[in-house]
Amino acid sequence: MLAIYKREMQAYFTSPVGYVFVAMFLAVNAFIFTFCTLLMGIDSSVSSYFTFVMWAFIVLVPILTMKLFSEERKARTEQLLLTSPISLMGMVAGKFFAAFTMFAGTFVFGSLINFSLLYKYGTPNTATLISSSVGILLIGAAFIAIGLFISALTENQIVAAVGTIGVILFMLVIGFLSSFIDVYAIRVALTWISVFSRYSNFGYGILDIASLLYYFSICFIFMFLTVRVYEKRRWS
Amino acid sequence: MIEVKNLVKRFGSKYAVDDITFSIGKGEIVGFLGPNGAGKSTTMNIITGYMSSTLGTAEIGGINILEDPMEAKKLIGYLPEQPPLYLDMTVREYLNFVYDLKGCRLNRKKHLEEICRVVKIIDDYNKNRLIKNLSKGYKQRVGIAQALVGNPAVIILDEPTVGLDPKEIIEIRSLIRTLGETHTVILSTHILTEVQAVCDRILIINSGKLIADEKTESIINMLEGSRRLNARICGPQRDILRELRALPEITRAEAVGERENDSFLYAIESSSGVDIRKTLFFMLAKNNWPLIGLESQGTNLEDIFISLVDKKEQTPKKSREVPQFDIKLPEFENKEDNN
Repeated sequence: MLAIYKREMQAYFTSPVGYVFVAMFLAVNAFIFTFCTLLMGIDSSVSSYFTFVMWAFIVLVPILTMKLFSEERKARTEQLLLTSPISLMGMVAGKFFAAFTMFAGTFVFGSLINFSLLYKYGTPNTATLISSSVGILLIGAAFIAIGLFISALTENQIVAAVGTIGVILFMLVIGFLSSFIDVYAIRVALTWISVFSRYSNFGYGILDIASLLYYFSICFIFMFLTVRVYEKRRWS
Repeated sequence: MIEVKNLVKRFGSKYAVDDITFSIGKGEIVGFLGPNGAGKSTTMNIITGYMSSTLGTAEIGGINILEDPMEAKKLIGYLPEQPPLYLDMTVREYLNFVYDLKGCRLNRKKHLEEICRVVKIIDDYNKNRLIKNLSKGYKQRVGIAQALVGNPAVIILDEPTVGLDPKEIIEIRSLIRTLGETHTVILSTHILTEVQAVCDRILIINSGKLIADEKTESIINMLEGSRRLNARICGPQRDILRELRALPEITRAEAVGERENDSFLYAIESSSGVDIRKTLFFMLAKNNWPLIGLESQGTNLEDIFISLVDKKEQTPKKSREVPQFDIKLPEFENKEDNN
């Protein structure tokens, strides 16, 4: 797993992908932060910043995940991985954590700048900032797991990226869509699986166990499904 | 070292590998010979654990690849048909990655340098060259180096010389022979001279079936039996053919080439194990027909296949003969019948 992790981290920086991601994430992050605090901010709770930044993941996460498996498949390098003495879960986890490190590293770096400004010119609620950040990181992890899975389904990076954009968009909007649905059971089900509604507790400064489990489960389920994709391909 | 029993791989309704059984001992160099699409790569992919078999088992060093893939894979170094190279890495980074991936416990620096020396990429290794900037031959070498990392007992090479220039082919072949001194090597190819040059034993696969499992010499000898000559002879074509056919050792004689300065090219086949060159010479000399060219036609893969497939099917068919098809076209129904 460690070997794969190291290789993926290296790959992000030997190609433009890593730089593009970091630059885009920091720019978008800074823009949203400025917009939400200076331009329309009334207080220093910055809850709207966290809500907006989530939408940027629709474009940002696929940059990280689109090539993870599709490129291996296209270049046939997966043959090396699959004939090496490593477990499939180790392979998937290595890639997942590499993408997550990129994501979390950039987010934390951007946040350090943003939040230090906040502390200099305002009096933010530290607990809310921490819990909201944890929530954002978990949402990112869940999206990365989804992107990883979609990348394993195709050998075309563009298809992987577009597919991931579609699914993340869907995951974000089902929370809003649910309010338009009359059937109670469906509405509850959609709200239950919505990434967005699960996040609300974090926004209030609560580290809710159920929500934590929800995000961990999404990560695990999609990593497991990725393993299954490879198992299935081996057996078909 | 490798024990394959009743291996079957089915893709949909097509059998890519159909009931193959063989075993390979320690230190053998075995060649998988077969035309493209015969099932060579599929068999190798199953042995290396990249694919699973539909039926049957593959054991490496007594370990079943499906039951304990982690342990079995530790014993194998595999170079797939397309070398699995990360083009954005340098040779050094790549080999270090493979070293970590295989979880080796050797002296890293010494081991990797030794491999690079063996496959002659030490220069690229030391100068930190990017893999994407290497020529095809050198990429192939890096692919072989990757298979050697961790010093596995079994080395499996899928068409290791495809696309290389003649000099590189010779070098890679001699490298494989060197490897064979300390490892069990399987290589696949569709080039007969390659297995002749490198392997102790040949497994011939055709349409997913194992049609021969013999020592290299015996396969070659099997075909030496029928000798074919191409002779260019000056003189009247009809008379020459008549005289040639009159010789008891000659089973077939035909004029195949065009007239060139009063001479014809004749294809002559003799019965098994008989060298007719001397007889032919004296007969022609006696008739005063100058023999201006004579070459013995070597055996090739095509002949081996035809001969072995024929043997297997027990239907005698002359090699190089255009197969005759008996196709009946459907008859059109009379319009009036339809009405």
